[in-house]
Amino acid sequence: MSEKQLLKVEHVTMRFGGLVAVDDVSFDAGDRAITAVIGPNGAGKTTLFNCLTGFYKPTVGRLLLTTADGGEHLLERMDGYRIPQVARVARTFQNIRLFPRMSVLENLLIAQHNKLMRASGFTVLGLFGLPIYRHAESKAVDLARYWLERIGLVDRADDDAGTLPYGDQRRLEIARAMCTEPCLLCLDEPAAGLNPRETDELNQLLVFIRDHEKIGLLLIEHDMAVVMKISDHVIVLDHGAKISDGTPDAVKNDPAVIRAYLGAEEDEELPPEVASDLVSIAPGAIGGTH
Amino acid sequence: MQNEKIRSFPEMVKDAVIVGAVSAALALPLVGFKTVDRTTQIELEFRFGEMFYAVAVIAIGRLLLSLTAAGKARAVLFITAPLSILGLLEYAFELVPMEWPELAGLTWLAATIIAIRAWVFTRRDKAADDAVARATAGLPVAAVVTLFSRFGKFLGPAAAAFAILMPFLPFADQRMVDIGILILTYIMLGWGLNVVVGLAGLLDLGYVAFYAVGAYAYALLSLEVGLNFWEALPLAGACAATFGILLGFPVLRLRGDYLAIVTLGFGEMIRLVLLNGPDFGLLANGAKGIGDIPRPSFFGMEFTAAPKPGAVAFSDYFGLDFSPIQRVIYLYYIILLLAFITNWFTLRIRKLPIGRAWEALREDEIACRALGINPRNTKLTAFAIGAMFAGFAGSFFATRQGFISPESFNFMESAVILAIVVLGGMGSQVGVVLAAIVLIGGPEWFRDLAAFRMLAFGGLMVAVMVWRPQGLLAHREPTIKLARSPRETPVAVSVREKAT
Amino acid sequence: MEYFLQQLINGLTLGAMFGLIAIGYTMVYGILGMVNFAHGEIFMIGGFVSVITFLVLGYLGLTWVPLVLVIMLLTTMFFTSLHGWAVERLGYRALRNSNRLAPLISAIGMSIFLQNYVQLLQGARNKALKPIVSGGVELMTSASGFTVKLGYMQVVIVAVTTVLMAGFSLLIARTSLGRQQRACEQDMKMARLLGVNVDRTISLTFVMGAALAAVAGLTWLMYYGIIDFYVGFLAGIKAFSAAVLGGIGSLPGAMLGGLLIGLIEVFYSAYFSTEYKDVAAFAILVMVLIFRPTGLLGKPDIEKV
Repeated sequence: MSEKQLLKVEHVTMRFGGLVAVDDVSFDAGDRAITAVIGPNGAGKTTLFNCLTGFYKPTVGRLLLTTADGGEHLLERMDGYRIPQVARVARTFQNIRLFPRMSVLENLLIAQHNKLMRASGFTVLGLFGLPIYRHAESKAVDLARYWLERIGLVDRADDDAGTLPYGDQRRLEIARAMCTEPCLLCLDEPAAGLNPRETDELNQLLVFIRDHEKIGLLLIEHDMAVVMKISDHVIVLDHGAKISDGTPDAVKNDPAVIRAYLGAEEDEELPPEVASDLVSIAPGAIGGTH
Repeated sequence: MQNEKIRSFPEMVKDAVIVGAVSAALALPLVGFKTVDRTTQIELEFRFGEMFYAVAVIAIGRLLLSLTAAGKARAVLFITAPLSILGLLEYAFELVPMEWPELAGLTWLAATIIAIRAWVFTRRDKAADDAVARATAGLPVAAVVTLFSRFGKFLGPAAAAFAILMPFLPFADQRMVDIGILILTYIMLGWGLNVVVGLAGLLDLGYVAFYAVGAYAYALLSLEVGLNFWEALPLAGACAATFGILLGFPVLRLRGDYLAIVTLGFGEMIRLVLLNGPDFGLLANGAKGIGDIPRPSFFGMEFTAAPKPGAVAFSDYFGLDFSPIQRVIYLYYIILLLAFITNWFTLRIRKLPIGRAWEALREDEIACRALGINPRNTKLTAFAIGAMFAGFAGSFFATRQGFISPESFNFMESAVILAIVVLGGMGSQVGVVLAAIVLIGGPEWFRDLAAFRMLAFGGLMVAVMVWRPQGLLAHREPTIKLARSPRETPVAVSVREKAT
Repeated sequence: MEYFLQQLINGLTLGAMFGLIAIGYTMVYGILGMVNFAHGEIFMIGGFVSVITFLVLGYLGLTWVPLVLVIMLLTTMFFTSLHGWAVERLGYRALRNSNRLAPLISAIGMSIFLQNYVQLLQGARNKALKPIVSGGVELMTSASGFTVKLGYMQVVIVAVTTVLMAGFSLLIARTSLGRQQRACEQDMKMARLLGVNVDRTISLTFVMGAALAAVAGLTWLMYYGIIDFYVGFLAGIKAFSAAVLGGIGSLPGAMLGGLLIGLIEVFYSAYFSTEYKDVAAFAILVMVLIFRPTGLLGKPDIEKV
């Protein structure tokens, strides 16, 4: 694993009014590595993601992306749409956001919009069907076909994306993000709602992207089967703050992580006799809210 | 929405009575009484007879609809179909003088709607044990729609050929060609607005503002600067597009419904500014409007019997007898050409990256941002292109009328164009043509019904939305198909070769 | 100073009417997320029902002004709310789960329909009514001889509006109907699961909005003494501007926005130009939407990704 730094998150804090959703989080994500961000619900994972992909501006902090060719981008200063366009950070969404009434192939071509816009001479050349544009379009179709083959959806290419089964939509969204030719792919709970077989396929796809496309992946995930199996590096958030950072094994055995997941903290806040009562009545009731 | 549950007859009667009572209460103030202006004050007239008749039509109609759903469709058809046909005959030949033509019309409308519905149900009943027939029986309209989209390929060229030949067909008199010009203007406006509403999903309620900008730009350019129609046309289009960008820039990040209201506001603002006559050349005329706008010339030849000194008359040059229809036909071909350009452009641009990005933005703006598409610029392009076509159409309107005033550009005009786009099925080119023919041509042919035109527009907009929210002909074909796109690179050499 | 005071009185009167209409927009937007474009027409219908009620009462020989006013208020509210209910039932209910443009287009169609329906039934000309409540008190006279007048009608309008708004706020804040309404606003699906009759609640929202618009229509008629089928268009847009200015979805916002729009319009025509007073209202709407889309009292709208 070549542990070159791709993304440096430094002291990122995000406040909504009085609520601190992300509290002074710093970590690094390596190139050609899968970095997973985990944590209980409400830990601030998605907010962090939205800061990273330009949907929110962090209140404090710096997000530095260093691309393979040495280009540096400060993501917190960029307009949302410029992050995928210039810094090449692509993302998927927790609740799938495909263009449901457009075909699968069209979804993949829209991901190559900026490239194709240039090739179409910002529409003027394309309007008259010049060869330079036609050539660029068929290359774009080839890239789309490559990813369709990869996710096994070539046969459905001309169907509306909204008609695909759920698992296929998940993979199509990843393929669409990959069609932007990113250097960092951010995945927001890619395994949510998938059955074990589909989760397995997803793992293979993500490992393939890391090993063959040679880019960095950052994922938020609840499914430990995914996180522990494929990540190179795990970051644990709780109540907006980072509580652990390391290899999957190290994190698994970190007492802070266990506390966050099993809710030992709340245990301490209760008077000892009440807590023992609770445990005797319903084991697991404490911290069960997570 | 019809309740499909089969109910007993008394229940249906009760339901019809309730509906009748509610409509009576609704009708009492506005239908039951009529305010009449007398010299000194307003007075009341009573129309209870008409009111009860209308309420009775509604209640009986409701009962018949319930019966239709309850399996008595055939009987209902026997009652309503003759009424409907009789109504048509009455309208065509005026068999009996009608004291209340509106009520007769209402009866006819109700009878026809119920008859159609009953007919659908009889087909469904007949096909009760034939699965295929049952699946299609309830959807004669859907069948028509599929038919249209299937034969759309031939329909387009056929319609184009008809449009080109129309002025020379035997039935085409000057009035006919005039109506043709009017319809084509709205078709063009509809296609232009379709880019904004149908493709980009931006509800623009002030589209007429750009039409006005084009018309006034042409009037000023020709009267103040002295440009001829063909020189002024692109400038007027550019002017409208610039307005589109200027107005769109601050507001295009707003949510859909806010955008609609703001564009409506802009449309009204432009009209009010024109009405008050800003101190800018002929614009100062304000509500009086601008007259004597030059007519277009054919390669410098004028369409008059007595051309200006130094100019040549079209009829003299070609050795024809002068006839005013020559100019009308020329105008017809200008608007036909403009409409064809609009059509070619919009069909073409849909398959380009920008067109796909418009549709993607309509579907999901957040996803677009995550893919690196600049939402504002993309929307602005749609806005500007739509505005440009409105500007062209506006110039044409000015040169055709020879006179423009702010009152030609009120909200109702925007609403009519929007109705054409919506009823035609947002995004559908053929739909716009059909809707324009029905909505614009219809009232021209049936002049005696013109008073009900806007009423019907409004009612139809609601009905179409409730019944088919995607529009009448809303079938979407993908802009590109994988099956038809050959590989650029051989299979063995993947595009992603660098990755291995 | 005296001139200013007079404009303030006129502005508050006009603003009260805009506020009444604006509540209908804001409530429907809050619960359904749609702009009920036909609401201006409901206001216009309110005006027409008032004219007709007044004439009917005159025909029946009823002339005692307070009683006439009360009967007018009640009948106008009843018949206009019925129209509001019918609009929702026929035009919007089927579209509740469809894409966001469909209900708006349906609403525009409804607005066009109602405008022409009234025009066809009642004629296109202005309906002018002799003032029912006339006169007023002269508050003060300036050195230059300008007299500040407070018309009795203005007092009635502001009083009726205040009472209605107070009652209405209580209705929303305290009653079970108000609670159901707010619950539907927050989460319609959940409210349904908890046994709230969502259809009925939405219908009642339209009925309440229409009732308030009816009062606005009545007071408009009494104040200006004139009404036509087209009046709902401009008044509707201004009231919508008011709702947006105050923060759409917020009831106090609608009232505040209404007052502000009324004041701005009156002061703009008093001190600048009457020709552009309608432009001023639109300009405010555009400015608010661009610079503060959540309005003055609206909650910030965090984009959910």
